[in-house]
Amino acid sequence: MFGVLGKSLSTGVVTENYPETPPAISARARGKPEIDWANWKDARPAAAICPTGAISHQDTNGQRVAKLDLASCIFCGLCAEVDKTIRMTNICECAARRREELSASASYSLKSDGSHEKMISPPALQPSNHPTLQRNEPLETLGRQIQERANKMFGRSLHIREVDAGSCNGCEMEIVNLNSPVYDIERFGIHFVASPRHADMLLVTGPVTRNMELALRKTYDAMPAPRLVVAVGACGCSGGIFGVNYATRGGVDSVIPVDIYIPGCPPNPHALLHGVLLAMRRMQKK
Amino acid sequence: MNISTELLPILTGLQKRFRGRIEAVHSPRANEIYVHAKLDLVAGFTAHLCRKWQARLVSLFADDARETEAAFHLYHVFALDAAHGFIILRVPVPPDKPEFASLANAIPGVNWQEREVQDLFGLKLIGHPNPRRCALHDDWPEVHPLRKDFDLRTQLPPFEGERHKFIPVEGEGVFQVPVGPVHAGIIEPGHFLFSVAGEPVLYLQLRLFYVHKGTEKLFENLPVQHCVRLAESISGDSSFAHATAFCHAVERAANVDTPPRAKFLRSICLELERLYNHIGDIGAICTDVAFATVNMHCMRLKERVLRVNELLTGNRLLRGMACPGGVRFDFDADQLKALSQLVVELRPDFDSVVALIENSSSTLDRLQNTGVLKPKVALDLGVVGIAGRASGFDHDLRRDFPHAAYDQLKIAVPVYQTGDVQHRMQVRIDEVRESFSLIEQLVAKLPGGPVRMEIGELPAGATALGYVEGWRGEIFHWIRTAPGNRLARCKVKDPSLQNWPALSEAILGNIVPDFPVVNKSFNLSYSGTDR
Repeated sequence: MFGVLGKSLSTGVVTENYPETPPAISARARGKPEIDWANWKDARPAAAICPTGAISHQDTNGQRVAKLDLASCIFCGLCAEVDKTIRMTNICECAARRREELSASASYSLKSDGSHEKMISPPALQPSNHPTLQRNEPLETLGRQIQERANKMFGRSLHIREVDAGSCNGCEMEIVNLNSPVYDIERFGIHFVASPRHADMLLVTGPVTRNMELALRKTYDAMPAPRLVVAVGACGCSGGIFGVNYATRGGVDSVIPVDIYIPGCPPNPHALLHGVLLAMRRMQKK
Repeated sequence: MNISTELLPILTGLQKRFRGRIEAVHSPRANEIYVHAKLDLVAGFTAHLCRKWQARLVSLFADDARETEAAFHLYHVFALDAAHGFIILRVPVPPDKPEFASLANAIPGVNWQEREVQDLFGLKLIGHPNPRRCALHDDWPEVHPLRKDFDLRTQLPPFEGERHKFIPVEGEGVFQVPVGPVHAGIIEPGHFLFSVAGEPVLYLQLRLFYVHKGTEKLFENLPVQHCVRLAESISGDSSFAHATAFCHAVERAANVDTPPRAKFLRSICLELERLYNHIGDIGAICTDVAFATVNMHCMRLKERVLRVNELLTGNRLLRGMACPGGVRFDFDADQLKALSQLVVELRPDFDSVVALIENSSSTLDRLQNTGVLKPKVALDLGVVGIAGRASGFDHDLRRDFPHAAYDQLKIAVPVYQTGDVQHRMQVRIDEVRESFSLIEQLVAKLPGGPVRMEIGELPAGATALGYVEGWRGEIFHWIRTAPGNRLARCKVKDPSLQNWPALSEAILGNIVPDFPVVNKSFNLSYSGTDR
């Protein structure tokens, strides 16, 4: 008894202050890749080495549309090794409300040797359109705002039911970490619950497998409205490296409607928190 | 022929014993010998090898070689722990008579693996005690996805019919408790059907393969360099171990050896993976017996390891680090300092958390004699890894089949005979302490030089077995290469597949409320099993 108390006291508080303070992430961490669209000369090497097709290009009539899709990116950084116009950032807070917000593309005129030049149209997605938390919001900190919104909508709390619909368990590893004293998701009034009947939000991982499709639908149907669905990880957002095959249906939105997409492989706990908090803002709009 | 001196007498003995019935022997590597024979030799060969040489049948799988050799091949991988080598028996199954005799009555550990062959290749099992579907659920149409004439992207018709026919358990006062596939906790999906009389469990039926993702088929459809990333997604908590086992197979197929520094970095990463999983599991076991404080401390320590993983490799789960020919990233002096610092800080912290458990009689009371897996049962089922070592099976690939840099280290392997939850936890505690010491040794002895070498295009038609002792147990990847730097087959064997049936044995006679802690003490991977 005294041993337990003593250990707790000597350990002290380890909980982070996210989102008031920026996420504590190593500068070496691989987050989302950034492409220098204006100076991009050839999309082929990066597209060839990308294991999930997150970087792709389509060539028609002397024009090339090159695309980066964060929804299927596993942040492996292989593209940046073969293409100097691509840089791996350590930015992990990438969640978006719509699937399309996660992809960006630009068109170029195609050269005869297969490389491209002269951007005809700039990337369809400007970084400023990205839904990021505004850390410089005056006075009220975002965490408090979120809490107020949650108070309004859910009577002081948000209850989450997690469903693994086919994941490799990497996402589960990080979701479990949200309950660690370092991230302590309960400080936002957010709880993981054991039944979909108690839940406001469904956190779904994995490419939805053929064998989990029915279970996922049933879980979703068992939730009371209003309800939110968050697709977690490259596989949840797009099917990831597994894609669509005889055993998988692809991303979560191929089976149930999705409100928020959290990319990553797996998304780290900060990215998850960011996505869940973003989803709660969405709730207010509904 | 290139055969290790330890395997040679065994092979000579086999050739004498089965004179004229062994058609060919070849040894692409000194500790990996292939024996080709006819289908009818399997039972006798297996019995002889297991009885005379204490061989373990660690993987049984099929390969569709109808295109090149007009037959399906069945492979039986035997590990000879004392001789530090593998003997792999290959037998053909004719396509016009697609059936094979089951070994499951003699070796219960191959029960699921044989049924998987039946489901995925359409080779009918003869004499299997329970030949029902395993890898494909009952509502799947009659398809055999791992046959070459089945396209990966085939869209199957919608579900109909029953998902799984459970064996009815009847009797006065007996009732059934179905659980899953969606569980109460944040864990993977699987269905457990408990048959209980009062509180004690009479019988537990497992229904897995809910997260079957066609992974092995996908390996055949991706270029080799992409396969490494797929291997990282077989079981997220063993990302590095699976990817390294895959790379090991690729390197053996190409007959190249990795640079010494790469081997050391691989071992460091494997130990980090072991550390964060073991520490997390110790906490989770305590949670399941309501000692939440310890779990909070363990999660705090686990987070420390995950952040060092991120600092070293750019990813908290060590993803992106593995590559054939070595590792992708070198560690500089600052990174190594952070790694050493981690061990220095974690060791006393971990010890004081373990002391909390050891001083809590109510916790120990729940853990001791709970979920007992007797050594005899573990041996029969071929249980490996943590669960095997807690039930008297003294083995560890790091010591018996040294890979990465483990041949440079002295490894103490904890072995207990009790086989209860407490001892599965004790194995983890001992291994965490051992990992601290291994990391220190690895950092101290770390050689210089490159961390990666080019492998070039793989020779077509080569076969190779890669192996790694992951934190959960032994992982095997077997590959057969195809022209154009592709794979014709990749067989993935996660220790979970071997260990799941043991859970049904360990839970017998325990009360349903103890199931979570018993399950957690095994902590098997659903995704690694289902693939």
